[in-house]
Amino acid sequence: MPAPLLEVRGLKTYFTLWGGVVKALDGIDLTLGVGEIMGIVGESGGGKSVTAFSIMRLIDPPGRIEAGKILFEGEDLLSKSEAEMRKMRGRAISMVFQDPMTALNPLHTIKDQIDEALRLHTGMNERERGERILSLLHEVGIPNPEERLSSYPHQFSGGMLQRVVIAIALAAGPRLIIADEPTTALDVTVQAQILSLMEATVRERGAALILITHDLAVAAGMADKIAVMYCGRVVEAGTADSVIRSPAHPYTRGLLNSMPSAAQTKGRLAQIPGVVPSLLDLPPGCAFAPRCELACDACGAGVPAMVQVEPGHEAACFALNGGGNI
Amino acid sequence: MLIYLVQRFLQTIAVLVAVSVIVFFVMSFTGDPVMMIVPPDATAEQIEAARHELGLDRPLPVQYIVFMDNLLHGDMGRSYLFRQPVVKLITERVKATLEMVMLAVLLSLAVAIPAGVYAAAAPDSRLSRALMGGSLFGISLPSFWVGILLIFVFAVEWGLLPSSGRGKTVAGWSFLTRDGLAHLIMPSVTLALGTLAMLTRLVRAQMREVLRQDYIRFARAKGVSPSGLLFSHALKNALIPVITVFGLQVGNLIAFATVTETIFAWPGMGKLLIDAINTSDRPIIVAYLMIVAVIFVGINFVIDVAYTLIDPRIDLR
Repeated sequence: MPAPLLEVRGLKTYFTLWGGVVKALDGIDLTLGVGEIMGIVGESGGGKSVTAFSIMRLIDPPGRIEAGKILFEGEDLLSKSEAEMRKMRGRAISMVFQDPMTALNPLHTIKDQIDEALRLHTGMNERERGERILSLLHEVGIPNPEERLSSYPHQFSGGMLQRVVIAIALAAGPRLIIADEPTTALDVTVQAQILSLMEATVRERGAALILITHDLAVAAGMADKIAVMYCGRVVEAGTADSVIRSPAHPYTRGLLNSMPSAAQTKGRLAQIPGVVPSLLDLPPGCAFAPRCELACDACGAGVPAMVQVEPGHEAACFALNGGGNI
Repeated sequence: MLIYLVQRFLQTIAVLVAVSVIVFFVMSFTGDPVMMIVPPDATAEQIEAARHELGLDRPLPVQYIVFMDNLLHGDMGRSYLFRQPVVKLITERVKATLEMVMLAVLLSLAVAIPAGVYAAAAPDSRLSRALMGGSLFGISLPSFWVGILLIFVFAVEWGLLPSSGRGKTVAGWSFLTRDGLAHLIMPSVTLALGTLAMLTRLVRAQMREVLRQDYIRFARAKGVSPSGLLFSHALKNALIPVITVFGLQVGNLIAFATVTETIFAWPGMGKLLIDAINTSDRPIIVAYLMIVAVIFVGINFVIDVAYTLIDPRIDLR
């Protein structure tokens, strides 16, 4: 097995607030191979975005990465200086943000904003950059790119802007792209287009993609691997097939059951009872226990460790240890 | 754009008419200029003769119509006291005020923008705290007091800078000579201080607001350096409200120049105005206020155009 592109080990990111310490990430592990697509799913507050920004080392005070390792191509990003990290951002690892309407600077032209990434990360001269910008815009499906170069973000629709953001993310040829809910802010009609565009461009370039989404269906449709996050921990991770086919954690099953499907036309959609607890006031032991139908005494006593369900598929639930009551 | 220009022009005319009417009628209640001109022992006939000569024996509306008629022919009248055309009196002094105000404007921008950006970029540093604390003084201290303090320290105690007058001028400008420049420094600094302090705080507040935006985070994710973030991505976006306030402040500087000119015996328009008010010299007051009104409208026009240059989303209509 080749060395993974990205290996996150025991990553802890805490936010120190007035009310106490929020453990936004409390020791997560992720492994992503070269060219793989990983979907990170879960409800809001699970730590998905914090994971993305921790990998980019863009956690601002009062947040702090407390512990762990983020090995990218074998090097620990957490031991790099800020200047070294700046050279990685946009070049080796780039990001696609949730809301393209606010991610682009309203006072700079589309061309300038793509050009900036090329200027920072490639040695190209102005003519080469101009050609690259056109080919990037063409690649992400902007019609008549020549005419749109000097446009400003407010002259584009949300879907078109997200294409521009993707072009910026692709510009310097990164090995990893992190997309943080890239379609949440868009019209439903363009969501599928943007997702298939991302999948196609990433596959074509052999780049890896971390797709953060609250929509398990989206992850199931395009990811090779899925990691399910709940309250700052990865509760289930594995190949997409295995996780979708045989979900082991009650939370994952809850997410799957609450998805509408074409086959199910009658009856109410299932939902997970209760709400995500405040990270300032987590229940002891397994954070999902208060909402879990399988909860037993052990769940309140300690945090369950990841247990192998199948080869390449793990979940963290005490019920798996006994094996009987699933 | 053309429609905008025409609108602006018509607005200017309306402002000027309004200013002239208000000033003309209000000033007629503030004292009798004739009594300022005639000798203390003048007879009733002499007073009447002087009143007739100045045209002040006619009804006020007639006086106003005569004034406006002359104005349309480029004549703003003569000073009662100096017996000289008002336009000549004002143009002689406008350079003095303009160079003081311009230097104050440049000074406040040159300090406020870097200081505000720095204070926003490193809000917890000692220098930032000192800047913010100092700016409170700058806003709170009245300019006449600052002027007197500067005179006391730099002119009286240390003898470094001259305390009054314009020094040697070339073609009516002080800043062209070394001596004139030395005379210009204290009045300009005094005038600039309040604006400088206010703009520093405003730049900082706006920068902090912009630095929280999503596109700044996205730029960081692109690998943009901290200085690139501040100057290429954030400063421009922070400038729109700064420019608005700046425009208003330039107007205020011209108005407050009156006080500063009085302290430093700076022979500018403001000092002329104060003298004219003391002697009820109405033509000067009316002409001064109309010129200031034109300057205000002109500044606002420049600001409007500046908006469109900075922000492509703003369209003049």
